[in-house]
Amino acid sequence: MAKQRVIVVGGGLAGLSACVRVAEAGVDVDLFSMVPVKRSHSVCAQGGINACNEVARQQGYSEYEHFDETIYGGDFLADQHPVLEMANWAPKIIDLLDRMGVPFNRTNEGYRDLRLFGGSLFKRTHFAGATTGQQLLYALDEQTRRYEADGKVNKYEFWEFLGPVVSDGRCVGIVAQDMRTMQVRSFRADAVVMATGGCGLVYGKSTNSVVCTGAAAARCFQAGAWYGNPEMIQVHPTAIPGADKLRLMSESARGEGGRVWVPAIKGQDGRWGKHPRSGEDPKKIPENERYYFLEERYPAYGNIVPRDIATREIFDICVNEGMGVANENQVYLDLTHRDPEYLARKLGGILDIYEKFVGDDPKFTPMKIFPAVHYSMGGLWTQFSKGSYNPSEPRDKHKSGTRAPIGAEVGMGMEYGSPINSSTNIPGLYAFGEVNFAYHGANRLGANALLSCLFDGLCCGVSVVNYVRSAEVSKAPAEMLTSSAYDAVVEQENAKIKRFTDTVGKADASPLFNPYQIHKELGQEMTAACTVVKSAARLEQCRTKIAELRDRFGKVRLGDAATWTNQTLSYTRCVGDMLLISEAICLASIERKESRGAHYRTDYPTRDDANYMKSTVAKFSKPMQSTVIELFEIDASLIRPTARTYGKTDPVGAGGAASKKVASPEV
Amino acid sequence: MIQTLTSTSSAALAASNRRIAKQGRTVQVSIKRCDGPNKPSRWETFKVTTERGMNVISALMQIAANPTTIDGKQTTPPVWDSGCLEEVCGSCTMVINGKVRQSCSCLLDDYVPNEGDTLTLEPMSKFPVIRDLWVDRERLFHNLKRVKAWVPIDGTYSLGAGPRETPAKQETRYKLSECMSCGCCLEACPQFNVEEDKAQWDTSFIGAHAISQARLFNEHETGKQLKDERIDVLMGPGGVNDCGNAQNCVKVCPKHIPLTESIAAIGRAVTIRSFVKFFKG
Repeated sequence: MAKQRVIVVGGGLAGLSACVRVAEAGVDVDLFSMVPVKRSHSVCAQGGINACNEVARQQGYSEYEHFDETIYGGDFLADQHPVLEMANWAPKIIDLLDRMGVPFNRTNEGYRDLRLFGGSLFKRTHFAGATTGQQLLYALDEQTRRYEADGKVNKYEFWEFLGPVVSDGRCVGIVAQDMRTMQVRSFRADAVVMATGGCGLVYGKSTNSVVCTGAAAARCFQAGAWYGNPEMIQVHPTAIPGADKLRLMSESARGEGGRVWVPAIKGQDGRWGKHPRSGEDPKKIPENERYYFLEERYPAYGNIVPRDIATREIFDICVNEGMGVANENQVYLDLTHRDPEYLARKLGGILDIYEKFVGDDPKFTPMKIFPAVHYSMGGLWTQFSKGSYNPSEPRDKHKSGTRAPIGAEVGMGMEYGSPINSSTNIPGLYAFGEVNFAYHGANRLGANALLSCLFDGLCCGVSVVNYVRSAEVSKAPAEMLTSSAYDAVVEQENAKIKRFTDTVGKADASPLFNPYQIHKELGQEMTAACTVVKSAARLEQCRTKIAELRDRFGKVRLGDAATWTNQTLSYTRCVGDMLLISEAICLASIERKESRGAHYRTDYPTRDDANYMKSTVAKFSKPMQSTVIELFEIDASLIRPTARTYGKTDPVGAGGAASKKVASPEV
Repeated sequence: MIQTLTSTSSAALAASNRRIAKQGRTVQVSIKRCDGPNKPSRWETFKVTTERGMNVISALMQIAANPTTIDGKQTTPPVWDSGCLEEVCGSCTMVINGKVRQSCSCLLDDYVPNEGDTLTLEPMSKFPVIRDLWVDRERLFHNLKRVKAWVPIDGTYSLGAGPRETPAKQETRYKLSECMSCGCCLEACPQFNVEEDKAQWDTSFIGAHAISQARLFNEHETGKQLKDERIDVLMGPGGVNDCGNAQNCVKVCPKHIPLTESIAAIGRAVTIRSFVKFFKG
């Protein structure tokens, strides 16, 4: 009998947890990654990972409240059953990581310590210093290495995924290129898991690693996979501006007491106005000349409001009110009131980053920060089988700290092991982690990303195993198929490569056709049009610009024809794919004529549940080489939507515009 | 030659350089280039115009977008390895002005503060060059397999929490666990040498990185189940006894991991295990 295999593309948390789970079930795995997996972007996650825990539970918290927070935080856009299942799994996932040896911070008695994070009133975030993602990734990397040493996992590092191989409507393998030898070849598999992360690089500068281009997802998209909610891009409120990237300053800085403020003068009418000495030594600004705008505008949550809200408020202060520090786009994030030793112990890793790249020690000088593109809630569209909990009508929003209406057994949210879970519209092609559009709706809560990656790998990894062992797939294993489908994709990719390398020294040398220039202009345009505030007029302009860039990309000229380790080729190919993802982001932003979560339209400032409590789904037409957006119904059968205000008060003066932004008609 | 500046003196120098650096100045970047394995290397020098906060990666990006040398010669874009750009992934390690470090956290203002100053970039010398500044560090990950750098859990089934741990123990393990396998400690080590023959890897000096990881897992309640197997590897050829005690590793570690303490701890464990083996026969 033919031996069945699974391919996992991407070796971050989602990919590695899938590897371990699939290999453990006895199916061999081929793991593909553009980088040695220990260097995947998951290392950048700082703050922590959310889960209901015993301490919070005894204070009234529950898995159900975690579920409720995630739906509310995501502004009622996520399909609800998968989120319920994820929240129910969270405590078990933490226990597993603990067994793997993750050095979670500890209390005096040796239990796992907890911190506060955005969108919750309970401490439910587990952490390992301020490099939690790194520590979690390493634990999974170690477990994967164990299976690799046993011959159950075969790693292909420095291999770039070029596209899925689809035969008779089923994904049966991939085509990939060795980034060193430049060899292009196909690999057979009975199922393929995409765990390729987000697409921050389409914005030029973001908090993402250099490999987070979204190109792998774009290649599936061009092969017929649908892409959900592309317009939902999270702009993180606190990042350090930089020349090559915008470095994240974790939400844990606010969770550990960090206060956001700008120097300002309060007028007799109670309105805050510009400070004449803004930008001078912040320690010399007296307390009554500091405008703690998040605390004033959101007394309940204060500095730990969710990310989209904090981002819009900082943007409002700097861009609309002109109160940014030193009249620039920056505000203070201040930890100097906390004990330096405590800070070193709890936040050392991230404070070091600030000091290293800016030169000031945040333990003694307030940090200067500004929002940056950070995470893609959108991604490949996936499906699920509903679990056992199906109330006759949705419940009202859960009241924080009250008894959970249901238990937290496995299988209530999603049917455990169903081959459909986290599968794309192409059978056999799965999407796990950030590249999966599920779980976070219109805005992701801090410390839920690591959870969703691990949940996909551990829960839906079983779905992949069940899929390859199903009667239909096991009777036609990939190993026994004819080679024609594989050869066709290899040929197509080789032709594409030849088109690129043939331009070296021959095509038009104008900078207009330089791939770096095209990417730079794309990043600037996307940042200006598709981030914190959007409008029809600006989005239409963006659509035109992307069309122009696609046109220019048709005549792109490369600077390197090397047949060995040609990074320019790889980069240029990614730029072409980034243009398609950008177009999907722009078109879906145009289509969604409302404001919800991270997507804020100045021309449609309120949420419109009647028309848009739906997923935008981008489909690519190969013959037309164009993208269309459709609206799909979502599963909102568990919690009834309410206005998402986080208890915002009507701010005196300054935030008039901001308060309109989050108002919703159906209070 | 590897310079082993102490971190405090280099930080002080960097801070004073940052104060005098003027933005928009032109500096030179000399790159040691090589087209592939077994190909000759050559130096190429480029002009870079500085911006505020610019690091070596931004300089390389500027060069790659328009790769023309100072002699006006059109050349290919330089090849380098990079990832997170915030010094947690270890990818972009190279030798800068003779000192091994991550290039993302290397600011031009610190290293070349004056108009016309020259920065030199070379690939790490202890690993085979793939192309230009990009080297193949597979051996480093192979060495993690040698010492079984993992906790041998029973599987991923739901079996409750792991062992409790004191905050002091957690702090020790967390520090060791911050190792990002960048290879700085190996580049600086006089005992660790480039070895292209994979058959020799299991008997060549394993280096501070893997020794410290062995200690990390020996310190964990479940991880220590494999302690004897790890120590057996580290008392064999290429193990801890090959350490020449130069102590360069600890000086160049970007995460300030107490590598020499780890080597000493493993050295003690090796001694104890030798006695036990001797008496038990």
